[in-house]
Amino acid sequence: MSELTATQRLALIREKGRPTVRDYIPALFANFIELHGDRHFGDDAAIIGGVATFSGIPVTVLAQVKGRNLEENKQSNFSMPHPEGYRKALRLAKQAEKFHRPVICLVDTPGAFCGIEAEKRGQGEAIARNLMEFMMLRTPIISIVLGEGGSGGALALAVCDELAMLENALYSVISPRGFASILWKDATRESEAAELMKITAEDLMHFGVCEHIIDEPDGGAQTAPDLTAENIGEYLAEAVPRLKATDIDTLLERRYNKFRKIGVFAEE
Amino acid sequence: MALEDLFKVVKDRSKADTKPKADTKVKKPGMGVEIPRGLLFKCPRCGTVVYRDDFERNRSVCSACNYHARISFRERLEMTADKGTFTELDAGLTSLNPIDFPGYEEKIAELQESCGIKEAVVTGVCKIHKYNTVIGIMDSNFMMASMGSVVGEKITRAFEYATEHKLPVVLFTASGGARMQEGIISLMQMAKTSGAIARHSEAGQLYVTVMTDPTTGGVTASFASLGDIIIAEPKVLIGFAGRRVIEGTIKQKLPDDFQSAEFMLQNGFVDMIVERKYLRPTLSKIFRTHNYTRMEEYKGGAGA
Repeated sequence: MSELTATQRLALIREKGRPTVRDYIPALFANFIELHGDRHFGDDAAIIGGVATFSGIPVTVLAQVKGRNLEENKQSNFSMPHPEGYRKALRLAKQAEKFHRPVICLVDTPGAFCGIEAEKRGQGEAIARNLMEFMMLRTPIISIVLGEGGSGGALALAVCDELAMLENALYSVISPRGFASILWKDATRESEAAELMKITAEDLMHFGVCEHIIDEPDGGAQTAPDLTAENIGEYLAEAVPRLKATDIDTLLERRYNKFRKIGVFAEE
Repeated sequence: MALEDLFKVVKDRSKADTKPKADTKVKKPGMGVEIPRGLLFKCPRCGTVVYRDDFERNRSVCSACNYHARISFRERLEMTADKGTFTELDAGLTSLNPIDFPGYEEKIAELQESCGIKEAVVTGVCKIHKYNTVIGIMDSNFMMASMGSVVGEKITRAFEYATEHKLPVVLFTASGGARMQEGIISLMQMAKTSGAIARHSEAGQLYVTVMTDPTTGGVTASFASLGDIIIAEPKVLIGFAGRRVIEGTIKQKLPDDFQSAEFMLQNGFVDMIVERKYLRPTLSKIFRTHNYTRMEEYKGGAGA
């Protein structure tokens, strides 16, 4: 595994040509059928949802859609979901629960969209609802952070039994730029913030947030997308049957405790 | 320290705050006379200036526009719980510094000193109109009541306690969101608290959110939005993203009432807007309609 700084990884995951879910979904799954809409308001192109098979096992796929070019990015709003995106994800997760399909979430977002319409339609409520419902969902959930794991917008698809991260992926409470701009009133200190915030896969393993790191080829996933997809596939080939074979009540207890024990404090 | 003594401390401090300071004079509109700042309250919503004593007697509500201003944990407790019924839970939890953010411990220590509380939320059990309930009060004076490990842990434990003892939970939310100084750990508190609420809910217990000024960010996107019943105070700020962030994204100015309690009611994310003076009877009715029983006949009177 390469020894890159958080700043170097940040540059890497922003590089043009880094594979997205549009590359990974066809590489990882067979029989993918996209399912649209939240049944309340509309369909959000920032989150693709659907059913598929993985190594012959039916699964539900929920994926945040970064664009590979400006055109694709405009279409999927730079992977910044609106409330209806999160509600579509919840609808499909509930459907997965009904049919006992494991849920695989592919996380790659700068964050939930910030705008008038998003507020009007309850961005906060949509994310909150997912956190609560995913915690109790009676089917296995695996989340994989592919590039950017941006705050609550990522967490809404990352309440899971197991969180894996691509080697160069980052997952943080706010972007390093936002962190520097709010806490130091100086957005130019972005790279200093990136190092301080402890947002790499290794850091997150240490905090108990991430369970597994998936190797990327030298130079990042973009240098060999097929190899990266293979590495993701290897991880899923081990994790999906294992979680599927675990008693669901045991799984839910573990899922609750995974988050329950995260916190750093003193007690008198 | 007994609770009464704590109140004395707060009262003394608030008196100290109102002492005229030579270097902070404001001009009263339309008059050439300088008035010490501590004597007056200027409403951040409508700009009306009133005497602070009058404002405080009016439960810290603006008499001109009905904006329900930010109040401390102690003021909130005093106007919410039956007198002498509050027992704090998990009082000994304090923050550490998970990402070694420079100056974080010092900041926490300063706030503990100036606010008289150890963290941004205080949880406990109390009676409201004789109904036993778990209560949590966030205090925006403490680092804008942002949610770090301690806030997440105390709220989680409060729900776990309520689940175990078959009690409802009333949470007064106020927050700038996740506490960035604790990095990813603060984000995880959103999932942790939501999980505890899920279990409390599954156990058939009632959770009432009272959204106060301001309820934003990661707190709106977790426990604040998950109440069975969501009450908001008039004119308070409720939203997910910060106003300036949205204005930066859409490159236009937002209307004044954007992200207000009234805006949230209109868009379907709040059940009702309740004034402070009617909150206790409203909570009492809610408990009554959810089959909770009074511990004994209620004879009136608030104040912890």
